[in-house]
Amino acid sequence: MSTPSKERKHQAPASFPKPEFTGAEAGMLEFPSSNSRSYNYFTPQKMRATVYEDVTTDVQPDPERYLTQGWIYGFARGPGGYPHEWTAVKSGNWHAFLDPNEEWEQTIYRNNSNVVRQIELNLQNAKDAGAYAHWSRSWTKFVAENVGAWMHAEHGLGMHVFVSAQRSAPTNMINNAIAVNSAHRLRFAQDLALYNLDLSDSLEVFDGKVHRDAWNNNPSWQGVRENVERLTAVEDWAEAVFATNVVFEPLVGVLFRSDLMMQIAARNGDYITPTLIGAGENDYNRDLRYTRALFSLLGHDERHGAANRSTMQGWLDKWTPVSAHAAHELQPIWSQPSERTVTFADSWAAATDDFKTLVAEFGLTPAKEL
Amino acid sequence: MSRQSLSKAHAKITELSWEPTFATPAKKFGTDYTFDKSPKKDPLKQILRSYFPMEEEKDNRVFGAMDGAIRGNMFRQVQERWMEWQKLFLSIIPFPEISAARAMPLAIDAVPNPQIHNGLAVQMIDEVRHSTIQMNLKRLYMNHYIDPAGFDISEKAFANSYCGTIGRQFGEGFITGDAITAANVYLTVVAETAFTNTLFVAMPSEAAANGDYLLPTVFHSVQSDESRHISNGYSILLMALADEDNRQLLERDLRYAWWNNHCVVDAAIGTFIEYGTKDRRKERDSYAEMWRRWIYDDYYRSYLMPLEKYGLVIPHDLVEKAWDRIYNQHYVHRVAQFFATGWPVNYWRIDPMTDVDFEWFEDKYPGWYDQFGAWWEAYNRLAYPGRNKPIAFESVGYEYPCRCWTCMVPCLIREDLVVDKVDGEWRSYCSETCHWTDAVAFRPRYEGRDTPSMGRLTGKREWETLYDGWDLADIVSDLGYVRDDGKTVVGQPHLHLDDPKKLWTTDDFRGIEFRSPKVLLNQMSDSEREAWAAAYRANPNRTPATV
Ligand SMILES: [Fe+2]
Ligand SMILES: [Fe+2]
Ligand SMILES: [Zn+2]
Repeated sequence: MSTPSKERKHQAPASFPKPEFTGAEAGMLEFPSSNSRSYNYFTPQKMRATVYEDVTTDVQPDPERYLTQGWIYGFARGPGGYPHEWTAVKSGNWHAFLDPNEEWEQTIYRNNSNVVRQIELNLQNAKDAGAYAHWSRSWTKFVAENVGAWMHAEHGLGMHVFVSAQRSAPTNMINNAIAVNSAHRLRFAQDLALYNLDLSDSLEVFDGKVHRDAWNNNPSWQGVRENVERLTAVEDWAEAVFATNVVFEPLVGVLFRSDLMMQIAARNGDYITPTLIGAGENDYNRDLRYTRALFSLLGHDERHGAANRSTMQGWLDKWTPVSAHAAHELQPIWSQPSERTVTFADSWAAATDDFKTLVAEFGLTPAKEL
Repeated sequence: MSRQSLSKAHAKITELSWEPTFATPAKKFGTDYTFDKSPKKDPLKQILRSYFPMEEEKDNRVFGAMDGAIRGNMFRQVQERWMEWQKLFLSIIPFPEISAARAMPLAIDAVPNPQIHNGLAVQMIDEVRHSTIQMNLKRLYMNHYIDPAGFDISEKAFANSYCGTIGRQFGEGFITGDAITAANVYLTVVAETAFTNTLFVAMPSEAAANGDYLLPTVFHSVQSDESRHISNGYSILLMALADEDNRQLLERDLRYAWWNNHCVVDAAIGTFIEYGTKDRRKERDSYAEMWRRWIYDDYYRSYLMPLEKYGLVIPHDLVEKAWDRIYNQHYVHRVAQFFATGWPVNYWRIDPMTDVDFEWFEDKYPGWYDQFGAWWEAYNRLAYPGRNKPIAFESVGYEYPCRCWTCMVPCLIREDLVVDKVDGEWRSYCSETCHWTDAVAFRPRYEGRDTPSMGRLTGKREWETLYDGWDLADIVSDLGYVRDDGKTVVGQPHLHLDDPKKLWTTDDFRGIEFRSPKVLLNQMSDSEREAWAAAYRANPNRTPATV
């Protein structure tokens, strides 16, 4: 390439060698290893390795496995590669983690493409049907401010928690799962931003700028913003993933998306917002699967399980109040729409129930204030 | 989307970021560069709503081609000479790809510009794509190519081989040390902007000429993401240039990154292209010719030189020196000869060169036959077990080279050997610049200024040290480069699978002792070492025609 804007042209060769029969196809000869047709340097979870395992395992090498010369570049203040010390939790075998979603190139693009196609279709239909026309003033304002504010949370976590954390875990399986998580977050944030743009175009009374003020200054949102910003400041990658997906998400994310938006939108004549929010919720459920698998494994690790549970309990005790505070600060928005079908107390009870079930899976005890 | 709505969409997405007030993102990866005075420069923009379907579409074409190749019995027309080198190449390349994904937070940490952050985050997803799609291509080769040995141990072999380590720099260099040195200058400004042309454009066209049209499909698909990555890097570079204090670091990093990329990438890709091909048409460009066009003209003259208008000193001398090494000093040929010498510890087979190859080489690189012809004839003569040891352990007038501590390719341009005591031990380097990289650049102080974020060269960098004094048979067993009969080795110095008597086993290696040049170097007295180095530099390492 030369300058970024300049596309290069490649000339086709003037002639091309004639194809010839080489007989280099599998099975044309028998010899030692002629049937050795699987990656044999790792033990697959089932009888045969999945494509996911094949394309992911050991691509990030490990001095404890085959990396005999060790990492050949280091940081000024510590070793290079993927030091286990970059998190407080420990594992007898980090490689035991496999992503239950089996994310690799094909699943990432299929899944996200399906989501964006669905969303685009919904938005187009909504526009064509004039579905926003009968939104009440108060609901329009509600969406502009609160759905608008929420997109910042998604973006901040995607960019500064998950993109950052995928540099740091000891295996490729963990890092790829986290990378996919960040892609979901960033995409969902953009989905909401473009929705906001659509609404600005469709509804004269829709204030497409107010989301920034709501996020930066509206007292209801400052707890959430504080929580998000503090999450981005965490250095320990596992703590950052834990505090986001195990604490913030159930107590704030699900609370806002499922236990508020999904409950009240239809009653306020809005059938579109839930389809977007539902996509985000679906992403989170997908990401929760790998999160569960990871922290269950760590919590039940034969050698380090007890120590890990105590570390994770520490994280839980540290982050639960932050997220509980964020959730409670948000309470006033429950009374903003004209149709109020759920109370904050109902939503909070639903969110905390799920949260308690989740942390129990890791052998942890939820904080007393819940 | 119309142009207007597209730019509105981009503007809207920019609104997603904000100035934090409670806490700021953790700075996990330091840099000595500063961006306080930098006006923001924006890279090419990409909205995820259109990104995912666009990439899915590209993938569908790749998967379609894969099905087609299998149905069309592509492997009946694939050249084994070519496919064998893919065992090495495809063991290496998924790691640099995934490392590029892992490098993105380094750049995000360092550069205060949300537009660039967005570009880098999309690049992260691209790189996950590249890594896994390449692993999947290799899986298909393993399943359908005649000899799966070497593909089956791929990532393990990458991690423990003497070649894997060379390639690993092209990856570890992206994710360690000063965030801008690593994730911007080394990864993007040099590796992606200059060297992906040889990797993803020259390689695929050679693959096609050898009957493999899948590699081009996959790698062109990979390359099509590259212009966005290059644009990310260029924006960061322009921002860095805005601050005078960054000049010195940029000049240091351009020298290191350019030279290391040349040492590593030209060694590997040059060898794959020149020695992996059966295409000896005279009109086919040599690696040197491709390099001249894509790297010298397109990159050096059209991308690097214009940076001089910002007052940046660019490494003209090192560009010329790299060209000189490739064209006049036969760098690629010396590397290929070294890989072929090392065949017992390879996990791929290397086809001997024939008269047709000789003629082509002599035409493209005058003087080639004089330097290498007799050695390849000897390689051919010593290709089968029974009567002789592997060529490395027979006297054919080839002196096993010592390693460059920095780039880890051996010191093959022998007259350029540098020997110095660094960090309390004697190290050999392939060139002045590799010596400088270790002794001067990767240090906490550089030309009178503190560089506390600069990385370090670490690890057991000379592979031979690990096996000093070992029996060759034990080395190969320890590496795991043995086929499923428990004794036939994976690497062979020929392509004949049809005759078991022609296949080397660990038994043929028994009793051969392996030595580390670096261990030996450190045992020498001062005068011995000086004499050795002088002799090393003076030895043309040319196999006499009479051997
Ligand atoms: Fe890539
Ligand atoms: Fe790239
Ligand atoms: Zn070197």
